Amino acid sequence: MDDMMLLTFLATLVGAAWRLATPLIFASIGEVFSERAGVLNIGLEGTMLVGAFCGFAAASATGNIPLGLLAGVAGGMLFGLVFAFFTITIKADQIVVGAALNLLGMGLTAFLFRTYYVSTGKGIDIAQPVHIPWLSDLPFLGEAFFRQNLIVYSTILAAILATLVLYRTSFGLTLRAVGEHPKAVDVAGRSVPGYRYAAVLVGTGFAGLGGAFLTLGHSNQFVEGMTSGRGFIALAVVVFARWSPIGAFFVSLLFGLFYALQLMLQAQASIVVPYQVLQALPYIMTIITLVVFRGKGAAPSKLGQPYEMR
Amino acid sequence: MSTRPFLRIDNIRKRFGPIVASDGVSLEIEEGEIHSLLGENGAGKSVLMSMICGMVRPDEGDIVYKGQPVSFASPRDAIRQRIGMVHQHFMLVPNLTVAENYILGQGSALSVISDMDKVHRKIRALSERYALDVRPDAIVEDLSVGEQQRVEILKVLFHGIDLLILDEPTAVLTPQETDRLLCLMSDLVKDGKTVVFISHKLDEVMRVSNRISVMRDGRVVHTVKVGETNARELARMMVGRDVRMELPRNPEPPGPIVLSVENLACRAENGIPAVRGVSFDVRAGEIVGIAGVSGNGQTELSLALSGLLPVDTGRVVLNGKEITGLDPAAINARSFSHIPEDRHKHGIVLPLSLSENTILQRYDQKPFATGGMLNGRVIAEHTRDLIKRFRVKSRDENQPIAALSGGNQQKLVVARELARNPDFILVNQLTRGIDIGAMEFVMEEMLKQRDSGRAILLISTELEELFAICDRILVMFHGGILGELPPDRTRLDELGLLMAGNKEQPAPAG
Repeated sequence: MDDMMLLTFLATLVGAAWRLATPLIFASIGEVFSERAGVLNIGLEGTMLVGAFCGFAAASATGNIPLGLLAGVAGGMLFGLVFAFFTITIKADQIVVGAALNLLGMGLTAFLFRTYYVSTGKGIDIAQPVHIPWLSDLPFLGEAFFRQNLIVYSTILAAILATLVLYRTSFGLTLRAVGEHPKAVDVAGRSVPGYRYAAVLVGTGFAGLGGAFLTLGHSNQFVEGMTSGRGFIALAVVVFARWSPIGAFFVSLLFGLFYALQLMLQAQASIVVPYQVLQALPYIMTIITLVVFRGKGAAPSKLGQPYEMR
Repeated sequence: MSTRPFLRIDNIRKRFGPIVASDGVSLEIEEGEIHSLLGENGAGKSVLMSMICGMVRPDEGDIVYKGQPVSFASPRDAIRQRIGMVHQHFMLVPNLTVAENYILGQGSALSVISDMDKVHRKIRALSERYALDVRPDAIVEDLSVGEQQRVEILKVLFHGIDLLILDEPTAVLTPQETDRLLCLMSDLVKDGKTVVFISHKLDEVMRVSNRISVMRDGRVVHTVKVGETNARELARMMVGRDVRMELPRNPEPPGPIVLSVENLACRAENGIPAVRGVSFDVRAGEIVGIAGVSGNGQTELSLALSGLLPVDTGRVVLNGKEITGLDPAAINARSFSHIPEDRHKHGIVLPLSLSENTILQRYDQKPFATGGMLNGRVIAEHTRDLIKRFRVKSRDENQPIAALSGGNQQKLVVARELARNPDFILVNQLTRGIDIGAMEFVMEEMLKQRDSGRAILLISTELEELFAICDRILVMFHGGILGELPPDRTRLDELGLLMAGNKEQPAPAG
């Protein structure tokens, strides 16, 4: 490869990485909220699928992408409400409920899709890259950073907004306290279950949005099990990111890079590695991340534990 | 003093399932007094105060505060009425700053945090006024326990209170810190506030209170003015019978060295060095105490000695044979008994029966097992014998040990460990969480063991316990042993300074 080709390759890689990271960014920022409040939602995968399906269904009915995204968020939150009810009100084990919701999300979306959509085979119009005058036309940099659709750009906004809410508002302060010392929050006169519900709903709303991006900003179709493990990778991202939204943004980008790399390397005829190995790259990186960063250091100390007043 | 009491509690009842926590409590607190609530663990002191500060709602009865009947739905209601409580387990979020902890739950949930400077200024002003050294931008988890308590007290003052409730505040403090706290209580009263002081330490209560109420079995059994009573009478009211305050001593010279520790170092579970080169001997027929504020390596020392934590450097020699680095089962088998600090974690298995718990270390040995089968009858007889000899209050030997009170669980642990006829007994927190009656009993048992020639190492944060039964006291600070003292109460100041890490001799008094 000469230099020009390498530069083009890198620009395309970065552009694709951000696009592929987008669902991870949304889902992991959401999960940061949930886990900071002490709720470990391993049902992200199922929630993202519900978001993807709801987004697809709403957009195919109305042809309106913002409405589709909204439907994705709403679908995710509705799913989150079920999770919150069982884990916070009933105080069932978070892992068990999360696993159940993953199965429910996969089965339910596959069922509804097959029942109502699969025979139509109809795709939807997805969000198109916005052309930013001058910036989009820059050599290499344009390809890498300025030829994305609005949903991809909004990940920056989401990361900044999430950080402000978590660290600069009374809500965020209380939320962080709930995951560390819920009783102190209780004594200070705030409702621990209320905050946990809010955190789960924020988290699943984001996961739904991440799922909806898959159908509305990436592929133009719903495919059964199309999240292909992104919900679980988002859980690993949160650990690697040390429970910070900005961290989640950059770690997701790193994982996006692995996704993009495996896609582009598959297309390179000169590489003789079996494509299955390349496909496994993001998942291998997830395992490595979890092993290397498994230390409990920054984890909310009450993560995964139901709260009992007495 | 006004005729109308500041706070009147009238015939309060509260049950948690089958447990009666408050059985018709009545109590009157006068404005501007320090009123101590004295009682054993489980007497109902903390529950009563939790009801006054809105954490728990009473089933029956009235609370009249400043002449008005009150009923708090949450602690916030109580704070609005200027009632604040400093809990035994701090209500501070460890990863937040002091100032963030203070504004937690204040203002609207949706508000943006602004003007932290103003909060910081207010904290500094209060901190100067009450001479409580508190930095508003410190992260709580970086502070020592004593500092955290100051933060907790100032938090209540920050919220603005007339009535301050302190729940067992001195349990975590050095003697000097305790002195400062008792002074602070007097200052607060001069400032027009009323203080309720919950404690089970008679001497502190006698020093600081105006009036003392003694609780037993969920009731206030007596309220007295401090000048009209003495420690012995208070102890009798707490326990319901006479308590021997001084245990008889038998000053025999100790025998040969049983346990020898040379330059022992080990790290805590998080990898931070916790014990830094400790050396000492324990001889047959003596009780060696280790004093210190909790968190100075005592936990790790006892875990390392009993084989539960890997040793980095140094040697442990028991009866002339090195036991360094052996696993706990091997150490147990060499005449080494361990009464652990955290009995739920290292001492007993809660869901198992008393019988099963008494043979935890010996389930595979004769006579408890033959050919891999347990001998139920032998185990039951052995357990019944221990229950009888150590007066463990229980239904029978098949009851799960979780159903017993903390004191009775501890008695069974002590019974089990002594029944193994050890040469050396490692005890960490002999009397933690147990009542005075059981305390007296286990302490007497330890003295009997010493008199029969056993070597005992007693690690404790309760100075009274150390003074009562030890032959000499080592002081641990920051993973090392800073000094040794005889068990002489008149040298409490010296002990306190060593516990605070101060190696210099104190200036002569007066």
